[in-house]
Amino acid sequence: MTTVAAAPPASAPRRGGRRRRVREAGLGYLLVLPAVAVFGVFVFYPFVENFRLALYETPPYPGLPSHYVGLHQFAQVLTSGAFFQSLLSTLVFVVMVVPTGLLLGLLLAVAARRRLRGMAAYRVIFSSTVVTSVAVAALVFGTLMDPVVGLLPWLGIDPRPPILDNPTWALPAVAVMAVWQFLGLSFVLMSAGLSSIPEDVLEAARVDGASDWTVFWRVTVPLLSPTLFFGVVVATIYAFQTFGQIDILIGPANAAYEHVNVLVYNVLTTLQVNRTPGEAAVLSIALFLLTLGFTSLQLRFLERRVHYGR
Amino acid sequence: MAQVHFRGATKRYGAVLAVDRLELAVADGELLVLLGPSGCGKTTVLRMVAGLEEVDEGTIVIGDDVVNDVAPKDRDLAMVFQSYALYPHLTVAKNIEFPLRQRRIEGEDRRRRVAEAAASLGLTELLGRKPAQLSGGQRQRVALARAIVRDPKAFLMDEPLSNLDAALRVQTRADIVALQQRLGTTTLYVTHDQVEAMTMGHRIAVLRDGVLQQVAPPQELYDRPANTFVARFLGSPGMNLVPASVTEPASVTEPAPGGVPAPGAAPVPVGPPGDRVDLALAGGRLALGGEAALLARKASSLVVGVRPEHLAIDPAGALGARVVIVELLGAEVQVVCALDDGTQVVVRQGADRPRPAAGELVRLAVDSGALHLFDAESGVRLAVGP
Ligand SMILES: Nc1ncnc2c1ncn2[C@@H]1O[C@H](COP(=O)(O)OP(=O)(O)O)[C@@H](O)[C@H]1O
Ligand SMILES: [Mg+2]
Repeated sequence: MTTVAAAPPASAPRRGGRRRRVREAGLGYLLVLPAVAVFGVFVFYPFVENFRLALYETPPYPGLPSHYVGLHQFAQVLTSGAFFQSLLSTLVFVVMVVPTGLLLGLLLAVAARRRLRGMAAYRVIFSSTVVTSVAVAALVFGTLMDPVVGLLPWLGIDPRPPILDNPTWALPAVAVMAVWQFLGLSFVLMSAGLSSIPEDVLEAARVDGASDWTVFWRVTVPLLSPTLFFGVVVATIYAFQTFGQIDILIGPANAAYEHVNVLVYNVLTTLQVNRTPGEAAVLSIALFLLTLGFTSLQLRFLERRVHYGR
Repeated sequence: MAQVHFRGATKRYGAVLAVDRLELAVADGELLVLLGPSGCGKTTVLRMVAGLEEVDEGTIVIGDDVVNDVAPKDRDLAMVFQSYALYPHLTVAKNIEFPLRQRRIEGEDRRRRVAEAAASLGLTELLGRKPAQLSGGQRQRVALARAIVRDPKAFLMDEPLSNLDAALRVQTRADIVALQQRLGTTTLYVTHDQVEAMTMGHRIAVLRDGVLQQVAPPQELYDRPANTFVARFLGSPGMNLVPASVTEPASVTEPAPGGVPAPGAAPVPVGPPGDRVDLALAGGRLALGGEAALLARKASSLVVGVRPEHLAIDPAGALGARVVIVELLGAEVQVVCALDDGTQVVVRQGADRPRPAAGELVRLAVDSGALHLFDAESGVRLAVGP
């Protein structure tokens, strides 16, 4: 019967030290294994598989085998009018959501900074949209925008065609809900940014003769710029990835989805409506690169103009 | 330029009475120092003048106007914050320019004023830097420049020197005094440092727990403190205070039991018996005459105050004491002594005088003309000093 010595003999400390190091390294690999496995299965493998998928064309008739077309499919999809339309919708959506979401969050944060009775309750309410599920929010907004029981008929306006089926208003309507849902995060972010601004600097500005308006634009906003910058990055990514709102408010069964076919949603409709997984894969890669590109541009150019406090 | 007048100005933070019915007039062109320990309400007073805190009761008048309801931006004041509160995103030039911009002072005029203010504080070389790139002393000068670049009704300065090292503090102190003299602008200057107050103020207002204790020119404050708090707070170290009781003069009553006269009792001026009293303190006796004696008679119990420079180690002295510590300060020596009853007093003497050793038993002579008498209960001053 043999036993493995748990501890190295005291007479060989150096060899024992090496052995212990090897054993520690082994333990280290063992410990990261679950994380690597999870990432591998759910991120890296799908990522590679998605790229492979993009190289194959699927015939639009079910049952036929897909065949290799290589990068040709990229060229085909990315130069199509449909892609261009979708890209445009995405950019319009980003432009509608990002500034509005950040500005409203900032205004709420400024308002909530006043030391008023009951302000704590408002802070909770303002930040609550962070924890509201997309499904719940979409149901609420769907009801508000309903052509029969919604807000507009209640106000005496007859929405025709219904907002969510309306080529002009469907995308803004989704943007309204996206802004609302982003407001909580925006508010929390801006509140944190505001609280890092030294109170006495704002007071100095007031004594120096600045109006509230001037203090806000000349002192608060510049000092908040690191937060605003971070907010722009986060909000842009958020806008690029707004999916659930569209899916639940409108959905691929409603022909109106074409008015709100932003890139991320286009991936789904290409897959479910057109049934062309290869094209969907190309679109998802395009979205990935677009997000990556935007974010690194923002990091490169905005950061340089940002004032980082003392 | 204008006078600043507090009429019963009161500020409460919840249950804390930060400033209690302040009555104070800062004359036009005066440099008035608001002095007191940390937390006594000095900053609150400044902030009320600036409009950053509301006045709960009473009024504040700047020039001829009650400003209680005037917004800070319309009060036409310049404030130097303890933290300097520079705009961290703006260069030195833009920082100094900021108050001018707010008052629509444009073009050549503005450039000239910024250049002048910067030059008068030696900031010309630094105009392009951001506050983060400046030393503490430089930031302080930028804060001053931002204040003097305009011609405001008054300057408010909140411990502007407290973040500087000792040498720079002395230099800047002199600079501020010179600047204020040149500009002639009414200035309310806050500090907890009595040396700063003594050297800078035309007058000093001493504040304690939100209550004004005394307003007077520095020398008068030092020579005739209104109460034991002021007596202790001014001077470094402050006035020695020893509890005492009034007795009939030893020469009038029979010799003390055992036939031993009060050791080393100072010679008593000859006069009618009522004119003279003895003070029994810390196991010794001090003779008082004249007005001081009359005042002392009225009080049931007293506190005797004597400045360290009016005590001397002298074998013929009236009080017995044991030396605790001898502190050398170069030009002078501070001898901390424990009197026979344990009260500690400080004796200041020239460095050339013979120095006692710690633990040595000595006698202390009191310059009886330089005694201050305070009521033991209220701490209020009874008698005149020198
Ligand atoms: N914003 C505030 N809220 C509550 N209490 C305050 C506030 N500011 C000051 N105080 C209190 O008021 C008193 C005076 O404060 P302050 O004027 O800052 O004193 P000083 O400047 O003399 O050190 C202190 O007891 C302080 O704790
Ligand atoms: Mg203070």
